[in-house]
Amino acid sequence: MSYLVAHEVSYAYPRRGRAVAMPAVSEVTLAVERGSFTGLLGPNGCGKTTLLKMMAGILRPASGTVTLAGRALADMPRRVAARHVAVVPQDTHPAFDYTALEIVLMGRHPHLRPTQLEGPGDLTIAHQSLQSTGTLHLADRPFTSLSGGERQRVVIASALAQQPDVLLLDEPTASLDLGRQLEVAALLRRLSRENDVTMVMATHDLNLAASMCDTLALLRQGRLLHHGSTADVLTETAVRQLYDVEADVQFHQASGHLTVTPVRRIG
Amino acid sequence: MIVDGTAPAALPSQLPQSPPIRSRLALTIAGFGALAIASCVLAPLVGSSSISLRRALDSSIPFASNVDAQILFIARLPRVLAGALVGAALASAGVVFQALLRNPLATPFTLGVSAGASLGAMLVIILGGTLAVGPLSPVPAASLAGAGLAAAIVYALANGPRRVMSTTVLLLAGVTLNAFFSALILFVQYLADVAEVYRATRWLMGDLDVGSFTPIVAALPLIVIAGIIFARMPSALNLMGVDSDSAAARGVDVAATQRWAFFSASLATSAAVALAGPIGFIGIVVPHLVRLLVGVDHRIVLPASALFGATFLVISDMLARTLLAPVEIPVGIVTAIIGGPFFLWLLVREA
Repeated sequence: MSYLVAHEVSYAYPRRGRAVAMPAVSEVTLAVERGSFTGLLGPNGCGKTTLLKMMAGILRPASGTVTLAGRALADMPRRVAARHVAVVPQDTHPAFDYTALEIVLMGRHPHLRPTQLEGPGDLTIAHQSLQSTGTLHLADRPFTSLSGGERQRVVIASALAQQPDVLLLDEPTASLDLGRQLEVAALLRRLSRENDVTMVMATHDLNLAASMCDTLALLRQGRLLHHGSTADVLTETAVRQLYDVEADVQFHQASGHLTVTPVRRIG
Repeated sequence: MIVDGTAPAALPSQLPQSPPIRSRLALTIAGFGALAIASCVLAPLVGSSSISLRRALDSSIPFASNVDAQILFIARLPRVLAGALVGAALASAGVVFQALLRNPLATPFTLGVSAGASLGAMLVIILGGTLAVGPLSPVPAASLAGAGLAAAIVYALANGPRRVMSTTVLLLAGVTLNAFFSALILFVQYLADVAEVYRATRWLMGDLDVGSFTPIVAALPLIVIAGIIFARMPSALNLMGVDSDSAAARGVDVAATQRWAFFSASLATSAAVALAGPIGFIGIVVPHLVRLLVGVDHRIVLPASALFGATFLVISDMLARTLLAPVEIPVGIVTAIIGGPFFLWLLVREA
């Protein structure tokens, strides 16, 4: 059964001056199954982030609706929605020097009343979240003193502390080196498998998507081109349609998934 | 640590020991509260003329002939209370503005509220005006009106087509408005005669010599309302200090929090400036000092800054009254001269 569904959602960012508002996402319908891992692929500016923000309830669609287990996200109080859907952004730049533990404890916000302080139970959940992302030893370190990979794992821990059913990830590995990318990828796979968390991940890394995602959704110029199983969707034609790049798509025995080797840019 | 596909082990028995928020908050409030109370008890007893507390509180002497009681209850106590109130208001407004603008360098005066207040006060001092509003005498009334005007202009500019305020537009609008109002203030002063300019300049240096409890009673409700709004906001401010999208994804109504933060911090600043003039430096130095001592969690920083702001201004004003007695130093000069080097020393020590 589809759990998180965007029904014909559209959004346009307001433009300044006389320029016409450009649609960022146009009438996209995307249904995500419970427990599945969906990749969102497309070139820069194709609307991936905007679509993720609408599915998270951060942006309200100009038209269309997003439903979570059949209920419209827009009708839910923000706090209630945040108990189900968490977001991991590409980068996090706090204005203040919070510790890693403080960042993770903020994930408890939707479960607390506005002025309620977190209790021992919340602290345990925060510690477990740090533990499962391998960052427990960083708990008392200032967030800004951590490396890129450590920061991203702490941010994922913060999203886990929210105890969501759905995790929306916006290029979670974009700023990481190869080793850290695989580390975060393994972590996300494990969380998806063990905690039954539904994942939607926007990424530019086709090989990463091929290794992690059950289904792929292809976006171009704000429109959904295709959504289907990774094996069906990730083809040489799809890569050409998305990026104007001629590529070689092969099944790789050792890694056990499709791999994409770009050959040349067309046009 | 290597993260692989295996399940995490159970939590280790030795967890990182950071004391829970409750005990940290209780400890911080007790510590800073004790400082604030101590300064408010000490300050009325110290001054250019020494008084006997026993004589001042002696009810057998009629108040009209009890000079000690008159100094204590008419000259010093209102002044100390005004200092505590203004210090608390400016320091906590500083914390809220810094979180709203996601900029640790913001002050309560960054968005032009105090420049608006100053222009209002200048106009009344120099052009003259007799319009008293309720318990407010003309200068505070005009200063509140000026502050309200400045806040309304900034708010209208920053609240564009998007529901969420642009902090960049807020900052630029505030800086521009500050420059614009400052130019108007200079222009008004240029047209005035020397005596009026002296009074006006003296007002701009800040003065807690309120003379009675009436101005305090007039400012108190505004500051209390701001304080009640502040008390509901620290968790949301924490999240917005991380990232406004992340805050929204964790259930914070970012647009509403920004509006309440802007409104309440502007209200506290306006009331403080109307009561005592634009006393600088407290709104930035106190929050930073507090962060160096207790960390950056707004649930602790906000109450601690309010209490320490009160302490800081009461002590500064005590020094302003006594250092060169019988000459009085404007308190705004004292806050900057004492606070500046102290803050720099702390920064260097931390680095």
